[in-house]
Amino acid sequence: MQVYRWTLTMALSIVHRATGIALYAGTLLLAWWLIAAASGPAAYGHVQAFTGSIIGRLIVFGYTWALMHHMLSGIRHFVWDLGYGFKANEREALTWGALIGGIVLTVLIWIVAYAIGGGR
Amino acid sequence: MSATDTPKRSMRTPLGRVRNLGAAHSGTSDFWRQRITGVAMTLLMIPVIVIVMMLLGRNQAGAAQILGSLPIAVILLLFIFASAWHMKIGMQVVIEDYIHNEKLKLVSIMLNNFFSIAVALASTYAILKLSSGV
Repeated sequence: MQVYRWTLTMALSIVHRATGIALYAGTLLLAWWLIAAASGPAAYGHVQAFTGSIIGRLIVFGYTWALMHHMLSGIRHFVWDLGYGFKANEREALTWGALIGGIVLTVLIWIVAYAIGGGR
Repeated sequence: MSATDTPKRSMRTPLGRVRNLGAAHSGTSDFWRQRITGVAMTLLMIPVIVIVMMLLGRNQAGAAQILGSLPIAVILLLFIFASAWHMKIGMQVVIEDYIHNEKLKLVSIMLNNFFSIAVALASTYAILKLSSGV
């Protein structure tokens, strides 16, 4: 492995896997939330207490970013699957696009969420 | 018993039999399903984000009412189905890449299947329960 020069696309390939694994674990939170909604006010209150806490917000924020990044990075893979974007500059542009786009979308989603009352 | 001394005759060469099957021994079907579910979730992403936004700041009664409505339940069920399948395949790829002990690999793949199916069924049950208003 040491013979490879570390590149952006290599690093982002690892990030794609890491975010995938994080999203995998995060489905437990989504399942907990849905089950709580189906169970009753007390159970739902526990979820809201968690997602309202600092640590809960950080986890959900991280989850939002992992989802947005993994989606954009995945779209990048679709472009490659279709046979486009293999030139050096295109590869780099797609990869930067996924990286920056993921952060931008995450921040936008949270701004909208707070604006419509998620901060209550 | 090796393949070379079996009497069974076949026109297919040993290489032809194993080509494209890969580490999962199931060929490229998982590769294709990974793409289908990925595209499906990309298409469903905006509706799902809108649904989550609609639920923010609401109490359980309000959330239950929204989650139980037909279009929202269907969108979430599709998303749950696609994500469970997608993550099951994705995690299997990771397991096959990094776990080289055959027994540990098989156990991990089995646990991966259990986890993915359990999460999908639990979430599906919740949505159906909310939809039926029980």
